Amino acid sequence: MAGSIALRHTAVVSAQPRATTESAWVRRLLIGSAFTFLIFFLVLPLVAVFVQALSKGVAAYFTALHQPDALAAIRLTLLTAAIAVPLNLVFGVAAAWAITKFEFVGKSLLITLIDVPFAVSPVISGLIFVLLFGLQGWLGPWLDTYDLKIIFAVPGIVLATIFVTFPFVARELIPLMQEQGTEEEQAALVLGANGWQTFFRVTLPNIKWGLLYGVILCNARAMGEFGAVSVVSGHIRGQTNTMPLYVEILYNEYSFAASFAIASLLALLALVTLVAKTAVEWKTTQLLANERAAAKESV
Amino acid sequence: MVLKQRSILPGFGVAMGFTLVYLSLIVLIPLAALFLRTATLSWEQFWTTVTAPRVVASYRLSFGASLLAALVNAVFGFLIAWVLVRYTFPGKRIVDALVDLPFALPTAVAGISLTSLFVKSGGVGQFLDPWGIQIAFTPLGVTVALIFIGLPFVVRTVQPVLEDLDVELEEAAASLGATRWQTFSRVLLPAVFPALLTGFALAFARALGEYGSVVFISGNMPMRTEITPLLIITKLEQYDYAGATAVAVVMLVVSFVLMLLINLLQRWSSAHHVAT
Repeated sequence: MAGSIALRHTAVVSAQPRATTESAWVRRLLIGSAFTFLIFFLVLPLVAVFVQALSKGVAAYFTALHQPDALAAIRLTLLTAAIAVPLNLVFGVAAAWAITKFEFVGKSLLITLIDVPFAVSPVISGLIFVLLFGLQGWLGPWLDTYDLKIIFAVPGIVLATIFVTFPFVARELIPLMQEQGTEEEQAALVLGANGWQTFFRVTLPNIKWGLLYGVILCNARAMGEFGAVSVVSGHIRGQTNTMPLYVEILYNEYSFAASFAIASLLALLALVTLVAKTAVEWKTTQLLANERAAAKESV
Repeated sequence: MVLKQRSILPGFGVAMGFTLVYLSLIVLIPLAALFLRTATLSWEQFWTTVTAPRVVASYRLSFGASLLAALVNAVFGFLIAWVLVRYTFPGKRIVDALVDLPFALPTAVAGISLTSLFVKSGGVGQFLDPWGIQIAFTPLGVTVALIFIGLPFVVRTVQPVLEDLDVELEEAAASLGATRWQTFSRVLLPAVFPALLTGFALAFARALGEYGSVVFISGNMPMRTEITPLLIITKLEQYDYAGATAVAVVMLVVSFVLMLLINLLQRWSSAHHVAT
């Protein structure tokens, strides 16, 4: 009954659009203003990266990317993401499982605490690790006696990156798994599956697209983080420079074309992220539509 | 009192244990260290540090530029969300995807790119210079960078609310004789307002802490174009750990208050949303 009313409703709207939309010139004006704003604030900055990167020619572009320091920065960025993303992935799944499949006291406090790294300025995210592990920090002298370096070394960069990308996967999964409830898992358990089987065969297939989306966002931020990593890195060329930090160094040395060449790789990563995000969104809407169609057929 | 309700699902202990340990090690203990570190300062030392003229100038710039940027984002973010939800035009899906660019593009890349556009000889700057308008290396430059990074927050909070809005309300208003503008300002805007305010607050909070996209375009002149996060780094580089920590605590407290406000706003927004 409700369905037929909704259908008739849309038919009425499309037959008489005037009352609930604007005149053609207002529409054009609004679309035009939105486009102008987007061109100046999003499109031009994106295009400028590639224009500047190629301003000294294609050969210079590839030479800049083949410098030993550039390759070292790319390697360090990949290594950092390869450690930070899986750790936050495991955390995100564990936290979402505990939060969405069980009822316990203090749940909303826990959800708020998971979001904390998003509220903290990147600079402060780096600072807290300097205060803990730096030479003047709480654990600094102790680390020094064992000749362990965390700050101005790779472990500090990894730690700061884990901190800033901490909430991404959990945040994507919690609302999704909340919506899905626990009925399917309960059914699996009643039918004799053990915990891991239930997770891998029932829960994981249900959340895979949301999980993938969280990982994509987490990875983009891990590879692109600048402020937090800048505080803990010490900027040692070839050793503790990630790609964004190397972009800054080249830029401050007035090697603009080389700086934009490295930046263009990061911009490409951003574009790939956007395409992947759109694809995942499209896939989820499609799955949702299929489910609805299937539900209708079974009725 | 029961701390946890019984459930036949397994794994609560392991998942919860790992969550709490990891959360404590990565987030809670390091943040606590920051507050403990400030406790080593006397109240007077703390107060002198956080109210020094150069520090106050940085608050004024950070707050002013963030507020202006969030306002611009509220207006244009709403417009973009409106256009994306209500109208069809070629390239709509690309525009929709592109709105997330500031989330995906590393801040340092945005910073150098905006700077190259807005300097006097740059792609946009060369047209503004004859008019005597300078963007790069002025507080306006800071604002431009903050507009860039804050835009998706407003669009992505307003867009779903606009999508769910019941068209019957507008039809009712129109059939009762309201003009299109009256329908917009008295029916649509009040319904979307909580979401718009949430988006504004999110953009503002993000702008306050932003560092990477701002340092290149701001020029970093003390008292004039030095934002608070940069001041923290400057203090660190001078080995003034106590000073850096004190300013960081002020920023952190402001961020937490904002986070609380945003949580309340979101609750209000969803309650409002369900009610309409």
